[in-house]
Amino acid sequence: MGEQAQLLPGTLDLLILKAVSLGPLHGYGVLLRIAQISGSALLVEQGALYPALFRLVRQGLLKANWGTSENNRKAKFYELTTAGRKRLREEADGWSRLANAMAAALAAKAEEL
Amino acid sequence: MRFFDALRGLFAKRTADYELDAELRSHMEHRADDLEQVGVPRKEAERRARVEFGGYVRFKEESHRAAGGRFVEILGQDVRFALRVLRKSPGFAITAVVTLALAIGANAVVFGVMDAFVLHSLNVPDAKTLWGTAYGDESGFQSYENYVDLRDRNHSFESLAAFNFDFPGLETNNQTDGAAAFATTANYFDVLRVQPYLGRFFHAADEHGSGSAPYIVLSYAYWHNRFADDRNVVGRVVLLNKHPFTILGVAPPNFHGTLMFMSPDFFLPIVNQDQVDGTSLLHDRSSQGTVFETFGHLKPGVTAEQATNDVNAIGDALAKAYPKDVSHKESKLIHPGLTAFGGPAKAFLAGLMLLALLILLAACANLGSLFAARAADRGREIALRLALGSNRSRILRQLLTEAMLLSFAGGAVGLAGSVVLLRRLATWQPFPGAPIHLPVSPNAETYVVALMLAVLCSLLFGTLPMRQVLRTDAHAVLRGGGSAAAMGRRITVRDVLLVVQIGICAVLVTSSLVAVRGLLRSMHGEFGIEPHLAMTVNTNLAMAGYSDERVPVMQRRMIEAMQAIPGVEHAGLVAGYPPLVYTAGESVNVFRNETTDLKQANAVAAPYKYVVSPGYMDAAGTRFLAGRDVSWHDDKNAPEVALVNRQFAEKIFGSVGGAVGRYFKLQSGMRVQVVGVVENGKYVTLTEDQQAAVFLPFLQWPVSNSYLIIRSRREAQPLIADIKRSLKQLDAGLPADVESWSSLMDVVLFPARVATAALGVMGAMGALLAITGIFGLATYSVSKRLRELGIRAALGAQRREILATALGRSLRLLAFGSIAGLILGLLATRVLASIVYDATPRDPLVMAGAVLVMLLLGLVATCIPARRALKVNPLVLLREE
Repeated sequence: MGEQAQLLPGTLDLLILKAVSLGPLHGYGVLLRIAQISGSALLVEQGALYPALFRLVRQGLLKANWGTSENNRKAKFYELTTAGRKRLREEADGWSRLANAMAAALAAKAEEL
Repeated sequence: MRFFDALRGLFAKRTADYELDAELRSHMEHRADDLEQVGVPRKEAERRARVEFGGYVRFKEESHRAAGGRFVEILGQDVRFALRVLRKSPGFAITAVVTLALAIGANAVVFGVMDAFVLHSLNVPDAKTLWGTAYGDESGFQSYENYVDLRDRNHSFESLAAFNFDFPGLETNNQTDGAAAFATTANYFDVLRVQPYLGRFFHAADEHGSGSAPYIVLSYAYWHNRFADDRNVVGRVVLLNKHPFTILGVAPPNFHGTLMFMSPDFFLPIVNQDQVDGTSLLHDRSSQGTVFETFGHLKPGVTAEQATNDVNAIGDALAKAYPKDVSHKESKLIHPGLTAFGGPAKAFLAGLMLLALLILLAACANLGSLFAARAADRGREIALRLALGSNRSRILRQLLTEAMLLSFAGGAVGLAGSVVLLRRLATWQPFPGAPIHLPVSPNAETYVVALMLAVLCSLLFGTLPMRQVLRTDAHAVLRGGGSAAAMGRRITVRDVLLVVQIGICAVLVTSSLVAVRGLLRSMHGEFGIEPHLAMTVNTNLAMAGYSDERVPVMQRRMIEAMQAIPGVEHAGLVAGYPPLVYTAGESVNVFRNETTDLKQANAVAAPYKYVVSPGYMDAAGTRFLAGRDVSWHDDKNAPEVALVNRQFAEKIFGSVGGAVGRYFKLQSGMRVQVVGVVENGKYVTLTEDQQAAVFLPFLQWPVSNSYLIIRSRREAQPLIADIKRSLKQLDAGLPADVESWSSLMDVVLFPARVATAALGVMGAMGALLAITGIFGLATYSVSKRLRELGIRAALGAQRREILATALGRSLRLLAFGSIAGLILGLLATRVLASIVYDATPRDPLVMAGAVLVMLLLGLVATCIPARRALKVNPLVLLREE
């Protein structure tokens, strides 16, 4: 599984939005998708996912519907709303800028200054 | 406790909760499925899935909060818990609900009545700009001619309408019934901007002088009751006192005329009133009885003050132009609806509202001390909850929820009761024959007020125990065991509450005693008549079709027939209404014999005028002071004579003895000789100042509408039967209402009776609250000190000493509160004096009564706890703990 990193505060919401943007998912599916797209590098505590999901639904970024999963079980599926899609774009841009800036800053060497 | 079960169902676990559970379970099952696929046995897989998931309850709560549903859930929990707690002490819960129901109900009823009379204006469009000259304000516009001048000369009103009362007999399908009508100017409905429900109204264009508009408009209620909603009545001809009138239309259901407390059966043009009544008053400028009220909408931009000045200027001009007929005093404009009763009625309702709020306050104080006592008893429970990690705000919220729950239950019950009461008030007919209509209806405002009061109550008494909870030291309580708060010597919140409560109750008790005493006095006051043992018979011979010359002949035959009934001591007749009936009175101007310029300003008195038959004074129980009665010879061929009362005699002639044989003049210039002087009396209201009165012989002043007065000591029922039988022998078709004079006086006594009843109820509620308050405190203090009392008893304390220990504090507080309340009550009851006749708070009997009542209340309320204190068996007690 390799090394795992702790989530920075506020990143869980973004990860969930990203995961769901690739197709409707139920809660457990969101976890699996996050593990998959992050190469299992990011660890999400299973139960902690749900308060975040409910918060995103309440903010109107996600919508939820009951359906049947691939395991033939009842499950609640989440998908992005238009507002969610917009928020994902904004947050992803912001995050990239931050990550690039951080990477550049940390990569700086004395002789380049 | 079905009620609580039902309430609990309302807050059953919500579906949202189930959904969340299902979702989280689904998550764990999916995880278990995955684990099973990699070879973990199902049981083990499920266990691992649960472990990996983490704190199920915590995440569930967090999810709830994230979804925004937490508040409702906590509220639900609080409510469920509160219901459980209250169910454990049903006595407390029921006491609290009943107390609150009474207090909130009383407030809702008083508010409902106040809402109808004070806060609302007449139910017509644009009532805000409707102003008029009220009857009883002495503005002097009570004649039709004056109304016409006011209407045509003013610059302030868009147009002016006026109305008067008329009580004709209405005949349709050969059946005649007495009815109550408004005789209105033809522009009445147009001025009020009211639209007909059916047919059409009459308009200004319909009248062309006296007797020109034989039309009537029915009120909706009369159309419904008398004509059975028959839409074909429009165009039908009915007979009013035998004169044909055409029904033009029906007024809308919510229109009850222009008096708030009376709804007429129909409306007829005022120009036709003379025709119906057989009078000729319309163009008599000096007549004070042809117009009751004048009103209209102010023109845009005209203020009430400008309009008042305008009206006063016209009044002064009229008084100058017609000095014989018009005397004008200062006019005041008011919103029509309550006439001159408005002021006193509003003051009384405001006073009543204040008392009702006091009751609510007392109830809150009562419940507050109960709550505080309970919180003290629950000190251990609260300490335990604090120790187990519950936070104080949650506990406080819990207590407040209990208070809210009780308040809403009490508010709901109280509101339901008040709705029933208000509905009954709306259909109340206090006097047969008088078309009283109280426009009260339980409306949204009443509900909102009741709800607000309930919330206010719960905040008031729910927050009282808070200090106690906030100060609770969990460790100390749990270590120390037993009670959280000891009954110390210091003054506690509960003591203050009890004093406040008893003080309020004393105010209420004093007020109601003052009112009751005032009413009793007014029942046995000096009326100048003796209504007791007197029957009255109302007949209107014009209505029955008698011609003018036959009226006095028939009236004399009726009097003689009444005198012939066995057991009848005296019988006589008075025209119009007898004194003190329907607050009706007519006054005339009188002048000294020497006065030649008979303008109104020179009038020496304006006594009430009555037209009476020989024998009336004896029948009415009025004593002669000097001279003789009018006789059967005082007819049109004899010189004009009159009887006067003592006030008249002393005012004009200086003394009773000097009046007999002297002359005075009437407005017409007619000289009248005084032949007798009778005692003073009350004539229109019980609270009036002493008025002069003059009594003219009916053979010289014939009137067709009259009351026979019959004095007899016989039992009422057979006497009434005999009266009816002998009248039938005279004229089988003559409608005659037989009633005792006392019951006719109900209208005059009505305000005092209503005031007394209302204050009596308030007083009783106050007393009830005082009992429960004192009882609660005494019981509590006895139970708290039971152990101490036991030890004292074991050590040989006397009964008196034990009682003093157990109840001394309660009784001291009672005495303190009572004295404060009595003083306040005596101050407050000054307000009553304006409504309740002879209500003086400085009545030693009232004082003694109030003190006695408070003592009795204290005795009753401490009796049971005292017995408990005396029964203390030290052995049992000491063994128990």
